[in-house]
Amino acid sequence: MKKNNKNHKLDYGIFIVFILFLLGSQLFKFDMGKVITDNFLIFARDMLLILPPAFIIIGLFEIWVSREKIENSFGSASGIKRYIYAILLAATTVGGTFVAFPVANSLYHKGADYSSVFTYITSASLVMIPMSIMEASIIGLEFTILRIGLSLPLVVISSIMLNKIFVKIKYDLPADV
Amino acid sequence: MKIKLIGEGETMQYLYIVMVVLLIISLILDRTKTWKSIQRGFKKLMKILPNYLKILVLLALVMSFSEDFIVEYLGTQNILLGGLLGLIIGSITMMPGFIAYPLAGVLLARGVSYTVIAAFVISLKMVGVVTYPLEKEYMGVKGTLYRNIASLIITVILTFMIGLYYGEVLF
Repeated sequence: MKKNNKNHKLDYGIFIVFILFLLGSQLFKFDMGKVITDNFLIFARDMLLILPPAFIIIGLFEIWVSREKIENSFGSASGIKRYIYAILLAATTVGGTFVAFPVANSLYHKGADYSSVFTYITSASLVMIPMSIMEASIIGLEFTILRIGLSLPLVVISSIMLNKIFVKIKYDLPADV
Repeated sequence: MKIKLIGEGETMQYLYIVMVVLLIISLILDRTKTWKSIQRGFKKLMKILPNYLKILVLLALVMSFSEDFIVEYLGTQNILLGGLLGLIIGSITMMPGFIAYPLAGVLLARGVSYTVIAAFVISLKMVGVVTYPLEKEYMGVKGTLYRNIASLIITVILTFMIGLYYGEVLF
């Protein structure tokens, strides 16, 4: 725990130095610094807007949803429907993998098995509805249908394989994060 | 520009609408539980925040260097080399869709093959090297490594299949 705190102080330190560097770049008209600032702002704005509501919803989920319910829909005894649920949940997760990681961890600790968790995380970025619409309009509908149609079965198959490995080595996802 | 607005603004709104609706339902059912939920969410966020900040810094740096690199090098006529580079860049970095797709559009307009675009776009989504500091907190080191290796293999298979479909990978 102590080691963790130290690391966090270092992280905050690096972050502050980075912000100072960005501000300095504006001041001294350092072009590369300006490009980095633009990119930083794109991600920072997204995170600032998405993370607070996402984590409140995760909090509500952990307090309200019973273990039994998750075991029934995402647990190892719930058959093929858990992959359909995992993919549907992924398609509607706002914020892609950034939000999918904490959600997946909460799901796991409520009784979801590895194959649903892995299917969920990997499909979270693959099938996000608004992103897929954008892709279809720029690269082409054919490409998007092909990509989603081919990838989902592979994702489910690989998740089932990963599940077998992790059950065998008795792996546990980190708790209390 | 219009696409960006539809993609971004509405999903963001939807997240807030879902949160508010859930909070109202929760408040009606049980006030203490609602307060506990908010506290739980806030505590979780504060615990992981440094990792998000770390990734924010990494992403801003990687993105700044990779954008020019992508336009310059993915345009190579050699499909194997282009695909491999697309795979590597896509795996390392991560991009919001409203940057990645217009970029892919530019490449496509320049005559870059679908195979290379597929390698880039799919690995961008599936494999996350930059997001490792975050993923390992939630999935553990092994969980993160195994998932990313599996994703990389799937990306290669998919790229190959898409290449076959568009008749770009021929023997």
